[in-house]
Amino acid sequence: MATSAHQTNIPAALTALVPRLREICGEDGVLTDLSRRRVYESDGLTYHRATPGVVALPTTTAQVAAVVSLCAEHGVPYVPRGAGTGLSAGALPHADGVLLVTSRMRRVVEIDPENECAVVEPGVTNLDITRAAAPHGYYYAPDPSSQQVCSVGGNVAENSGGAHCLKYGFTSGHVRGLEIVTPSGEVVELGGKATGAHGYDLIGAFIGSEGTLGVATRVTVSLTRSPQKTVTLLSAFTSMDAGGEAVGAIIAAGVLPSAIEMMDALAIEAAEAAVACGYPAGAAAVLVVELDGPTSEVDAQVERVTELCAASGSFETRTASGAVERALIWKGRKSAFAAVGRISPAYIVQDGVVPRTALGEVLGRIAALSAESGIRVANVFHAGDGNLHPLVLFDDAEPGAGERAEEVSGAILDLCVEHGGSITGEHGVGVDKACKMPRMYSDDDLTTFDLFRRAFDPAGIANPDKLLPTPRLCGERPGVRTGVHPLVESGQAEQF
Amino acid sequence: MKDLDVEGVTLWKGTEADAVCGVVPDRVARPKDTEALGRLLAAARATGATVTPRGGGTALDWGSPPRSLDLMVDTSALSWIDHNAGDLVVEVGAGTPLAELRRTLADAGQRLSYDPLRVGGTVGGALATGVSGPRRLLAGGLRDLVIGMTLVRADGVVARSGGRVVKNVAGYDLAKLHTGGYGTLGVIASAAFRLHPLPPAVRVVSVPLRSREDTERALADLRATTVVPAAVELDRDRLCVVLEGTAEGLVPRVEETLRALGEDGAEVAEELPEDWGLLPTEGTLARVLAPPAELPGLACDLDADVRGYGSVPAGTLYLAFAPGTPADVVEKRLAAVRHVPDRTAVLLRAEPHVREAGVDPWGEVPGLSLMRAVKDSFDPDHRLSPGRFAGGI
Repeated sequence: MATSAHQTNIPAALTALVPRLREICGEDGVLTDLSRRRVYESDGLTYHRATPGVVALPTTTAQVAAVVSLCAEHGVPYVPRGAGTGLSAGALPHADGVLLVTSRMRRVVEIDPENECAVVEPGVTNLDITRAAAPHGYYYAPDPSSQQVCSVGGNVAENSGGAHCLKYGFTSGHVRGLEIVTPSGEVVELGGKATGAHGYDLIGAFIGSEGTLGVATRVTVSLTRSPQKTVTLLSAFTSMDAGGEAVGAIIAAGVLPSAIEMMDALAIEAAEAAVACGYPAGAAAVLVVELDGPTSEVDAQVERVTELCAASGSFETRTASGAVERALIWKGRKSAFAAVGRISPAYIVQDGVVPRTALGEVLGRIAALSAESGIRVANVFHAGDGNLHPLVLFDDAEPGAGERAEEVSGAILDLCVEHGGSITGEHGVGVDKACKMPRMYSDDDLTTFDLFRRAFDPAGIANPDKLLPTPRLCGERPGVRTGVHPLVESGQAEQF
Repeated sequence: MKDLDVEGVTLWKGTEADAVCGVVPDRVARPKDTEALGRLLAAARATGATVTPRGGGTALDWGSPPRSLDLMVDTSALSWIDHNAGDLVVEVGAGTPLAELRRTLADAGQRLSYDPLRVGGTVGGALATGVSGPRRLLAGGLRDLVIGMTLVRADGVVARSGGRVVKNVAGYDLAKLHTGGYGTLGVIASAAFRLHPLPPAVRVVSVPLRSREDTERALADLRATTVVPAAVELDRDRLCVVLEGTAEGLVPRVEETLRALGEDGAEVAEELPEDWGLLPTEGTLARVLAPPAELPGLACDLDADVRGYGSVPAGTLYLAFAPGTPADVVEKRLAAVRHVPDRTAVLLRAEPHVREAGVDPWGEVPGLSLMRAVKDSFDPDHRLSPGRFAGGI
């Protein structure tokens, strides 16, 4: 079920709000023209579209609070949006509501090396924190693939991870303090420069709440000391099984790489065609393994991982420690999603998680699904933590092909749940997977989530119809269509 | 209380030994499994009984006394371990002793990267009190290691959040909400954790703690290194850095650490001290949170009647008052912390005379109105550990 709604005129319920929004955000901080509102009609998952009733672009916490208070006063729904790179339609606008965009709040307020933290506004991009911290020998560890453009506010809403979260964890492990505006318009400060806070862990519960509990207006993040040494390995295998075995062996040996990424033959073929990454010829699977830390530990780990790959049947392992050489290894991996666009007119990116030990079995089942349906599936994924990103390829010019691809994509998600996994490892639930939540959680689980949500938002105006299934959204049909990933094509972001 | 006699639950009369901050429960009940716990809490709701859960009973003198305590839920029968070594994941019943979990995981060369704060505690108790020990700089605190939780709500409904995979963003992270919730939002039945391999070797580098300036300089020099400590702890009168890795790999890391801290009076041990991470079991105990760089100042400015120690990079300092310390001394010390912006202090444990003197154990807790709303949502009748938490929650 796609969502699409376009309105030429501002909904009547909002007309009265516009002058007041202009008082709060200024003339240029409120967009009412259809053409300007339509710029925001989707996030990274463009399959779901809706023209926002009105767009507000506040620049301060006080403005955010005033906008939200206004919405609360009038019972008008609002949807927070950061950079709009999300992949679950979590920032899909509400046609009768306010789209609250934080992109103008982009000050790095403070880099504090003494306390190893930074204080930033929500519109600051993920990579800009690292850029600001780098001169002090620090970086911001969570690195979602859209890090050049995605915002910290969005990272907080989605609990973003990235290739390196295998070792360094997600956004939730790196946020010390939050200033939030609640759905009633109240400004609340949680935590600070110490790790943790007294009372309930509201920071922990807020992170990953997809804008349903409020808007983060200021974020205090931990900075991580840049490692002494980083080495990237590329290891090639003649089968996916052998590659999977190597992943298991590395983990079992007690080595904790910062990333273990895997690509199958189809993904390698696509990457090769697109960027000529020069991966070993004849590889049916490659692993990209990154190790970082003190030189004395990393050197030994590189040796160990190389041995383990060889023992699992790797026919070639390359290592790189210089930034340029490392980037070459990553090039194929990072280009894979976009590259698939070259070998297929359209594709669906799925995001599911399985226990690491079930990887081999699930990949086998995906291959069988692909063979049965005749629909090609490329596998590029975060192998270390079992986070699959199957790319389901189809020709959108062919009638019914999209639907068949959808079925395969949905079946892959079922496989994840069946094996004790999750329906999303990093893209979030949003609108896209709200109706899939019952596959993973019981009614009691879901009503408990709702109890929590209502504590923050009793009126139900904060990003409604996201995260939890609603009859309006899901009706009788379990399952929502997944869309084709658009950001890479438009060159806005790389995704990997 | 006959109505609480439900299937799968052993019920007995409470005694002084079961007291929570001096409040004796009318009944103690031990459910045999999660379902029985659900039935018990449903029955408690029907009778309007107030409930406080108990794990190992090692922190019953923490927090504030419950306003009322009809039923203590003893989780000791919810003791089971489901370890999936290949996935570095374990799921455990709340009543499982931490020591037993540690042994089971160690047999497989793994660990839950959490230093217990008390001897004899359970997984559920560690979660409910929520405070993490010193080695938290690499894998995070307990709240970062929980990947899933099954809890029983005040109305007896069994609900789960998260799962058994290390990466999962489906739904709210309610496990974090209940971690450190003192059983005021629900009773934890079981939890799943991400695990780590046991490090092949450990080194503990410690130097005497001298002046504040000296400590600040040592810490600044340490920050400039890339030795990647697992813990940086102000421990009594020493500054203590824990490094984990391979025996060979640790050699240059220890050298670099020594250069930063200064070799005068330095000691390098190959094992953690026996009482590592343990908090004192007697006396009033406070937990201070402050910007990390302010910790040396806080720790060095203390009088002789209070010991300050804690994790510097986490910004956590414990203030352990000698048993019998008068209430006004405690109050003055708390006030000195609380009057500085960005510093907060709570009493984890108040001796009865401190409590009775009316010393405010929580101080101002930011976000209290949201916390009250969450409490009202999960426990509308305020029957779960009423009064044990911040703001009388």
